Amino acid sequence: MRAINRIAAATAAAGALLPVTAFADAIGGAVQKQATNWEAIIMFLIFVVATLGITYWAARRTKSAKDFYAAGGGITGFQNGLAIAGDYMSAASFLGIAGLVYASGFDGLIYSVGWLVGWPIILFLVAERLRNLGKYTFADVASYRFQQMPIRTMAACGSLATVTFYLIAQMVGAGKLIQLLFGLDYIVAVILVGVLMIGYVTFGGMLATTWVQIIKAVMLLSGASFMAFMILAQFNFSPEAMFKAAVDVHPKGLAIMSPGALVTDPISAISLGMALMFGTAGLPHILMRFFTVSDAKEARKSVFYATGFIGYFYILTFIIGFGAILMILRPDATGAYPFLTAAPAAGAKAVVTSIIGGTNMAAIHTANAVGGSLFYGFISAVAFATILAVVAGLTLAGASAVSHDLYASVFAKGRATEADEIRVSKITTVVIGIVSIFLGVAFENQNVAFMVGLAFVIAASANFPILLMSMFWGKMTTRGAVIGGALGLVSAVTLLILGPTVWKAVLGHPEAIFPYDNPGFFTIPLSFIAIWFFSITDNSETAKNERRAFEAQYIRSQTGLGAEGASAH
Amino acid sequence: MSQNAQRIVNNPKFQELIAKRSAFAWTLSIAMLVIYFGFVLLVAFGKGFLGTPIGSGVTTWGIPIGVFTIVSAFILTGIYVRRANGEFDELNRQILEESK
Repeated sequence: MRAINRIAAATAAAGALLPVTAFADAIGGAVQKQATNWEAIIMFLIFVVATLGITYWAARRTKSAKDFYAAGGGITGFQNGLAIAGDYMSAASFLGIAGLVYASGFDGLIYSVGWLVGWPIILFLVAERLRNLGKYTFADVASYRFQQMPIRTMAACGSLATVTFYLIAQMVGAGKLIQLLFGLDYIVAVILVGVLMIGYVTFGGMLATTWVQIIKAVMLLSGASFMAFMILAQFNFSPEAMFKAAVDVHPKGLAIMSPGALVTDPISAISLGMALMFGTAGLPHILMRFFTVSDAKEARKSVFYATGFIGYFYILTFIIGFGAILMILRPDATGAYPFLTAAPAAGAKAVVTSIIGGTNMAAIHTANAVGGSLFYGFISAVAFATILAVVAGLTLAGASAVSHDLYASVFAKGRATEADEIRVSKITTVVIGIVSIFLGVAFENQNVAFMVGLAFVIAASANFPILLMSMFWGKMTTRGAVIGGALGLVSAVTLLILGPTVWKAVLGHPEAIFPYDNPGFFTIPLSFIAIWFFSITDNSETAKNERRAFEAQYIRSQTGLGAEGASAH
Repeated sequence: MSQNAQRIVNNPKFQELIAKRSAFAWTLSIAMLVIYFGFVLLVAFGKGFLGTPIGSGVTTWGIPIGVFTIVSAFILTGIYVRRANGEFDELNRQILEESK
């Protein structure tokens, strides 16, 4: 139990689990630096060396803009499915949901379900049209028949806002997690993440980013499968026996088997569901992945595989969460509680929040309990790799919004050369990397758990309505799209700040001005209605031309006539 | 509009493809929305039902219903991909071929 002693000094920093915590990484509360964890560091170094090797290989193959943004369009549906799963299975889902199941049982499942159900909608309504119409970014599709400048600017703002909030949450999460798992300084961890992601993206572009995602997805899925297998094996693969044992030791007893206090009123429940479902379909780094495959057929396959991997992963996370209850709240063979800061009083049940390092550590402790310190090191390395892969994907999406949408289409008005565009993209990547290191340091002691939630609400309220309406509604005009998108963006940010998550929990005001944690229920329809209203009232000449251009766009979106293919090599 | 695009619009197969594929995609989308928001509404209004044990054990109805929602997402995507990559893509190939 050497590994336990390393983290024995950590403080329990769980605090009250707010609904947005399911969005969060291991970023709630302060953590103390741990003794250096060499097993984890060595395994992480192996990952870094392997991924840098891939980056070197990818760099030699990355020549054109298509290589840089879309890996040459030559990724297969299966590979892209794994990479999408890699992009999506963040440390938030792994540590956050396992921790949520450990603390509240069934409630964790509610979130897992919400995170998954956006995928079928993406497949049925978005994926093939997106692939047929676009080139590198979702703004290509959103601006297809419209005035390039206003729509690209709007889409780039939506992308950058989504990417920035997501990135801050990831950077702060990375710093804290690595402090806890590896015993490195917060600042060292943040700089390490920033520098590595700059390396992957500037040199290897989308090809390197894709393979980093694939490797990480395979590591995470195998590690989680092993854990779930070991847990279930203790109960002869009977979930009922596992649930029974968990109910016996958990202080909440039978309550962990039913929905708890996490989702209270129907508006909150539906609002969260809408933000998760439609936000997924508006995340720029996810949408970008559809341009890495050769055609609509492969794009569809990618979603099928991704949904399978992500769904399987969430079922594993649920089992791991229950395993955590058993490994952490039950005494071991010697009668000790190695993962709790204090053993419970005689006859009393163990206290959930007395877990060492906070509830986000539940999965990590469980890894230690089922696989020993070597496996604990492996899972720690996987958690680090997970954050690294996600930030690389986000950075590439942010850099593309700047170089492909803002620079090439808005600033240079389509006259920039491919080489210029790639150069701007690489410079932006370095800038985003440095800025995120600074933001990571600046937000070290802030509770940034709400920021992933904010990213999803913006994606659902600004990016998704423009994208969907541009593909489905022939009467949309530039004016409608820009006003609708802007209203969605501004209202999402404003209402989230005025809501309980920021106004009460972060800013410390006694009462929130806006009563709901998640404003999606209001902001998503607002954006759609604004797009509709400001489009139908637009009688300008350009609006008429835009409406006339819909049929050609429609044919391409449906049949793939004239769509981007894979590049030659 | 290009000549190819004009031929596509006039091809009855194109209208057939659009009608079939849209109906299929929307049906499956609605199925997913009903399953998911049904689950969410059960969480909001039917906590008692989700927390009822199945038989004499501790496993509640909420567990299979939650797992079913996850599995249904995968199955629905599978159903769509199977038909879209087979029947619809074949029709699409013919349309593009005939537009040349």
